[in-house]
Amino acid sequence: MNIAVVVRQVPDLVEPLEIDASGAALDVDEVEFLINETDDHALEQALLLKESGGGSITVVAIDFGQVDDVLYTAAAKGADRIVKIPYDDDDRPPRPAEAAAMIAEAVKDIDAELVLVGSSAHDELEGVLAPLLALKLELPYLGVIRGVKPGEGGSVTAFKEFPGAAMAQMNVKLPAVLGILAADQPPRYVPVSRIRAAMKSTEFEEKETAAAVPEPNVTVLRMHHPEPSGRAEMLTGSEDEVAARLAEILKEKGVVQ
Amino acid sequence: MTTLQTDPGMEFLAQRVDGDPAFGCIQCGTCAASCPLGAAMEYPPRQLILQARSGNLDKILSSPSLWMCVGCHTCSSRCPRGIELADDLWPALRDRAMQEGIQPPAELQETFQNIFKYGNSLGESARKRLDWAKELDVPLRDLSKEPTAVEVLWLVCDYPSYYPRNQVVTRDFARILTALGVRWGVLGNKEKAVGDCDRLFGEEGLFEMLVENNKKLFDKHQFEKIVTLDTHSYRALEHFYPRYGAEYPVEHYTTFLADRLDLLKPLLTKPVKATVTYHDNCCIGRRAGIFDQPRMLLEAIPGVKLVEMARNRENALCCGGGGGGMWLDGHIVEHGGQRLSDQRVRQAAEVGAEVLAVSCPLELSRFEDSTKVAGLENKLLVRDIIELLAESMDLGEKEK
Repeated sequence: MNIAVVVRQVPDLVEPLEIDASGAALDVDEVEFLINETDDHALEQALLLKESGGGSITVVAIDFGQVDDVLYTAAAKGADRIVKIPYDDDDRPPRPAEAAAMIAEAVKDIDAELVLVGSSAHDELEGVLAPLLALKLELPYLGVIRGVKPGEGGSVTAFKEFPGAAMAQMNVKLPAVLGILAADQPPRYVPVSRIRAAMKSTEFEEKETAAAVPEPNVTVLRMHHPEPSGRAEMLTGSEDEVAARLAEILKEKGVVQ
Repeated sequence: MTTLQTDPGMEFLAQRVDGDPAFGCIQCGTCAASCPLGAAMEYPPRQLILQARSGNLDKILSSPSLWMCVGCHTCSSRCPRGIELADDLWPALRDRAMQEGIQPPAELQETFQNIFKYGNSLGESARKRLDWAKELDVPLRDLSKEPTAVEVLWLVCDYPSYYPRNQVVTRDFARILTALGVRWGVLGNKEKAVGDCDRLFGEEGLFEMLVENNKKLFDKHQFEKIVTLDTHSYRALEHFYPRYGAEYPVEHYTTFLADRLDLLKPLLTKPVKATVTYHDNCCIGRRAGIFDQPRMLLEAIPGVKLVEMARNRENALCCGGGGGGMWLDGHIVEHGGQRLSDQRVRQAAEVGAEVLAVSCPLELSRFEDSTKVAGLENKLLVRDIIELLAESMDLGEKEK
């Protein structure tokens, strides 16, 4: 099976996030990036499918943030081809509609039977990239998938959990785009020596795209850290003083008479 | 059939045993009997060598035993054939297992990824490396911002930089160095993890990457020696970095301060009245033979009554945190092992100690957790030697 996997860069929340001078966007210079978690699961699912039924994996990514590290890791894990889409704006990550248009163009050339992509990202919780990509590719889409098994005659079996712990098992005729929430097993660890070897041996295929970029209909007016509406009162003093003040507060709030 | 002798990944091990045939193990079983977790292992050290020699390398690579060694080095130090099990054989087998695609326990995977991505085992931001110094009341030279020649390049290392309990000790050490008139500096946000006493619990590629990056970083600076509080980093720098052509004079703080006892003693004015026992950690103890200096420092503190645990010096029981053990407690307990730190705090209490003194940054949290498990909370305090020195010098923080 020829599988395409889309991986994205998202801000690493280990770093404190800063707002830039415009007051309406993240300061990208102060942000570290890492692979989107569900995209990592999409890659793992592709590796499991390849291991069980053979085939080839092509990883597709837009050249933004520290994407090279992610792509070398993907190569070390077993991806056969890496396609990197040039992207010039270092200050602004691509919007989902923009990313979908660019990725769709690159994926069209791969002739993939199955396209796997994370069903959402922590900077894109709506999860629109995957369905937009399917729309652009004119392929069926199924999202929030928790595991994929090879199926019969050009199909796969996809698993999806619904509220109330009901699990659906679906036969998906290929080609199709699947939005992955979780792979059948957690993303694997690959030793650093293999990543370092991949850095020396892997060649990225650059895929220039001339996709028409839609103008956004939504403009961010302001981005800011949450503003506290009230503050906690810290009680200080001796145990007796603290107890007395606590009793007063409970009375004031009507908790005790 | 793959054996240790025929496996291409294992050839180098044979070269480590001078003049002996490859793996001249006589199957005496000293290693297995000495191993504090051997009884819980499917393949304790002796069995591991036997199985590997018998063509069952595949079996041992996929056994949970492979991830139960906590690098205490007791087997290596007692082996009559001088086989380096803890520092060479075990990490090589782990590396081989990972190359085969066998997954290390999940907690350890996360630690490897943290070191790879963030340059520290705790998965913290590099930008927060100097957070420990926010409340520091002595001047700090950040060599990454103002490069200057120093006597001591202090590698603060991961736990002392980030872990709140350790940060208290780190600040105390800064005050002690300053009080001794040492010209010291740190690498600030540029500092990255050094590695470990057994390289990196088998993650050889990651260790090599750290050595290469650190060599480039250290070579930019002028210093007489490196000093560190981290016994694991000390051992990595002293023993393994030279194998990769990265040789630097390095000292653990216990030997550095013991060499300056004449200067230190007049400053130790305030009595610290306590019955203290010292835990010999495996990196500077069994591996490097540093047994006397930590005791010399403790005995120099007025008021301290030093007592010894039954297992001390080269026979000390490990805290269980080495060899990646800090991140393998879950795996070890799941497979029938016990947390060694729980046993060790009981051994300290048995000899009437009120304070368990340590000199390795991993031990503060390990032993403090264990005092809670063993019902010794508030009865047995766990303190770094640095904290006791600082208290006697009236420099210490009133943390306890």
